[in-house]
Amino acid sequence: MKIAVTSQGKELASQVDPRFGRAPYILVVDIDTMNFEALDNSGNAGAFKGAGIQAATMVHDKGAEVVMTGYCGPKAFATLQAAEIKVVSDIAGTVADAIEKFKSGSVTYTTSANADAHW
Amino acid sequence: MIISVASGKGGTGKTTVSTNLAVSIDREVKLFDCDVEEPNAHLFLNPEFENSTPVFTFVPKIDADRCNGCGKCAEICRFNALAVLGKKVLVFPELCHSCEGCRDICPEDAVEEDARELGVIDSGHRNGIFFVQGCMRIGEAMSPPLIRHVRSYARPEDLVIIDAPPGTSCPAINAMKGTDFVLMVTEPTPFGLHDLKLAVEAVKVLNIPCGLVVNRSDIGDRQLWDYAVQEGLPILLEIPFDRSIAEIYSRGQLLVEEVPSWRPIFARLYDAIVDTIETRRSIQ
Repeated sequence: MKIAVTSQGKELASQVDPRFGRAPYILVVDIDTMNFEALDNSGNAGAFKGAGIQAATMVHDKGAEVVMTGYCGPKAFATLQAAEIKVVSDIAGTVADAIEKFKSGSVTYTTSANADAHW
Repeated sequence: MIISVASGKGGTGKTTVSTNLAVSIDREVKLFDCDVEEPNAHLFLNPEFENSTPVFTFVPKIDADRCNGCGKCAEICRFNALAVLGKKVLVFPELCHSCEGCRDICPEDAVEEDARELGVIDSGHRNGIFFVQGCMRIGEAMSPPLIRHVRSYARPEDLVIIDAPPGTSCPAINAMKGTDFVLMVTEPTPFGLHDLKLAVEAVKVLNIPCGLVVNRSDIGDRQLWDYAVQEGLPILLEIPFDRSIAEIYSRGQLLVEEVPSWRPIFARLYDAIVDTIETRRSIQ
């Protein structure tokens, strides 16, 4: 099972980036093998608008089933929902911490966006 | 002929100048309020509105039966208004800029036309003036198409005065582009001059003759006059900082009607604009 975590760097030891659409990297981690791919999100991060929509599409294309991040806006959330990807928000610490948290089962899936749309 | 009344800085007196100018010209005039985010010229003109028409813009709608999920529509959209997730396509109409690229590129003809309301166009008369304004829908972020709709009420033989939005971005450019003269309203303050310079640079790119109205002309400093000389910009009118003028404005009245001695001054402003345009034409 693959989990996407927004990250400030390219390693499991990198800090989680609280932003979903505009995080510099998104790490897609296979939690069974701990193999991961660091997606360069810089193209979306610089988008004028719709960064979250693009990031959500990318995460879907990589086959992730869960997204772990800090904040997720309404358009990103709608896109992830359409892609049937679950969202865990308010995540902090390292990417590895986030994965551990998920494995321990102590996560709650959010049912709505927890950030306003950007204007 | 189209005269656009513009400014870099907001609140310099565009509406005061455009409304007073419109009623002082001794021929039929069309006055367009293109400041569609906050049209207020009607407050001073008090036209009798005869028509109110909603204006729509293209947004895509996906025919799910035809769509094969190829993703080309999302790829071509630089505003991320479409997301393709397998065979599911999400449309975010509020992000769409109506380029119709998605419709052109779709190999399956699955992109249909839907519409998003941009706002309404109101039109009416007062004395010899045909007044048109755009009023953007609350929540709408894209004003240029509505501004262009307002401008579509101009015919080549008309004398049109456009009350433009402030600034130098797309809304202001769409109100000034293709006009015969830009009347730039400014004030002699550091803010006024700073934003005037930006606006004058934009007008140079558009290659439109330009002249200045200095409002509240006896405040601030003299840097504005130095700049005008340096740029060769004629100062066509100076309006002093006068409490009685402010009071007339705050009551929603027209200066030329409350203080009739201003009427010939605004009439001469129009003559000066015509002269400037003709001089420039003869040079070219």
